[in-house]
Amino acid sequence: MRILVVEDDRNVAAYLVKGLRESGYTVDHAGDGKQGLFLATSERYGVIIVDRMLPSLDGLSIVRALRAANDHTPALILSAMGEVDDRVLGLRAGGDDYLTKPFAFSELLARIEALQRRAQPAGQPTTSLRVGDLEMDLLTRSVKRADQSIDLQPREFRLLEYLMRHSGQVVTRTMLLEGVWDYHFDPQTNVIDVHISRLRAKIDRGFDKPLLHTVRGAGYKLHETA
Amino acid sequence: MRQPKLLRTSTFQLAVMYALLFAGSVLILMYFMHWATVGYMERQTEETIDAEITGLQDQYRAQGLAGLVRAINERIAAEPASSALYLFTAPDFRPLAGNLAAWPGLTPEPAGWFTFIREDLQGHQIPARARVFTLRAGVRDDLHLLVGRDVREIVAMRGLFRRALSIGLGITVALGLVVGLAMSRSTLRRFDAINQTCRRIMSGDLSQRIRTRGADDEIDRLGSTVNEMLERIEQLMEGVRHVADGVAHDLRTPLTRLRASLEDLKAHASLDEAGRAAVETALTEADGLLGTFAALLRIARIESGSVASPFVELRLDEVARDACDLYRAVAEERGIALVLSERPVRVKGDRDLLFQALTNVLDNAVKYTPAGGRIGVRVEADGREARITVNDSGRGVPAPEREKVVQRFYRLERDREATGSGLGLSLVQAVASMHHGSLELEDNAPGLRVILRLPAEPRGSGSKREDEAVKRPSAA
Repeated sequence: MRILVVEDDRNVAAYLVKGLRESGYTVDHAGDGKQGLFLATSERYGVIIVDRMLPSLDGLSIVRALRAANDHTPALILSAMGEVDDRVLGLRAGGDDYLTKPFAFSELLARIEALQRRAQPAGQPTTSLRVGDLEMDLLTRSVKRADQSIDLQPREFRLLEYLMRHSGQVVTRTMLLEGVWDYHFDPQTNVIDVHISRLRAKIDRGFDKPLLHTVRGAGYKLHETA
Repeated sequence: MRQPKLLRTSTFQLAVMYALLFAGSVLILMYFMHWATVGYMERQTEETIDAEITGLQDQYRAQGLAGLVRAINERIAAEPASSALYLFTAPDFRPLAGNLAAWPGLTPEPAGWFTFIREDLQGHQIPARARVFTLRAGVRDDLHLLVGRDVREIVAMRGLFRRALSIGLGITVALGLVVGLAMSRSTLRRFDAINQTCRRIMSGDLSQRIRTRGADDEIDRLGSTVNEMLERIEQLMEGVRHVADGVAHDLRTPLTRLRASLEDLKAHASLDEAGRAAVETALTEADGLLGTFAALLRIARIESGSVASPFVELRLDEVARDACDLYRAVAEERGIALVLSERPVRVKGDRDLLFQALTNVLDNAVKYTPAGGRIGVRVEADGREARITVNDSGRGVPAPEREKVVQRFYRLERDREATGSGLGLSLVQAVASMHHGSLELEDNAPGLRVILRLPAEPRGSGSKREDEAVKRPSAA
């Protein structure tokens, strides 16, 4: 997949381009807003990563211009400000996700994956999810693993649903807070970890192959191990 | 609630003063008119009576008793329908001549004047004014002469005046009060608009301006002066914000690079176990530094009110439930019971920031409560105040330190080693004041009680009073 990075800071840009290439993406880089908008409109990209503050044309204007031209390429906005109002502004301008500098590279990768997934056209509304021998019925709100019924609290259910919908991807703690608790904020301690370990106890205990994995320094990943 | 406020306004007090002043003027005017008309008629009557007495005295002196009686009879006969009254009596008040049936049984005022009521032939009560004169009749006892006038017209006139005066005074006072009330209400409304705008500005929306009528009166001039002042303040604030944003950008970007280099090092350099651990530590340290920095910037922004996501009506109890839901797992893990008691409470605010504030308080509570302890969260509202109370059974905060722990970076001596930035409660404080609320710490004996007070929204109220002030078109 092709990714466009619009970032004026050379070091950050180099770090992004290098990291993304190593992760298997094809990367184009634009050093200012005008060039960024030119590339974004003339080429097709899977995801566009835009810095908010750019010379000649700022990031929000690029996204706004693309949306006005009916271009819905997923856009992730980067910013050094990271305030609630900026996030709201960014998302209102048509950005699909928002990330505050500095970020761990794993967070960025996780979000790019999620954006790609979101961009794919949704077919039939899903009524059930499956990862390995773990099954979730969204209608009856029941969970089974290897035909054993698992009893989950409502919040645990939503947590597992989010993980299953993003199975195979790294899901960060912030993504969980936003996706499961629906709050944008900075947790002071890793309150999420306890929820994960409780969930893990319910779905993985007593089974040979664990499904819920911790990705060190990044977050969690739900997937079937070979 | 509304009336006393109206009565306290200076315009209303002025209106009352004017009403009193007008009433005084009306009184003086009426008094003068009374003096010039009724008074004049009374004086005229008295002068006529005096002149008649002098004439009759002369008659007596020249022609004796018989002459006097003749003169009286002649006068009565000359004008039988006139209002003149005469009575001439013997020393025992037996009538000798005159058109009055009997001597009025009254003690005269000094100088012999008196007012009395007599009955006419039809039995009507008719007021009269008269003067008595005593004739020295030599050896015999004194003879009494009474000369009077029918004064019913004067009395009627006086009654008219009295009625006119009371009605006029009533109208003046009522009119003064009504006009005063109307005037003070309209002025009050304009001042209220200024007040509301100022309050909105104090809560951080510097783009608000006071609406002027273009009439160039005092209130308009006050409005434009305040607007100019706001313009100036906004410029200064803008300057501060630019510096802050600049610092944020200038410091965070190099920090991002530092972090990126560390991640790069971790991923690519062939490090041994110790080197890898060192890089991990450096990364954690960098994250901590960035976290503190972000928290500091966030507090500054909340305090300056530039976190501009508009307030929405929300359920405080739901936010509390979510926060407790997030922290219950951690609490249970540490053997602490987290108990929530809530009832529907509506406030206007920023959902994310209120959640952040509440989790900061819960985070402290979980951190400082020993195993087996209890954390109680209560959401309630009475009238205009919504309240979240979080109490724990930890060590609490000594009374003299309670004010200080809210300050940035302030930590209790015994917690020097604990994790955290020392900014948690500062952020709660900033969020509270941003919502026009307050943060209080109390002794829970044992433990700490944190009370977050916010203005409550009345059940299901709309936002009617939003458009009182003009929103200045802001440069995007």
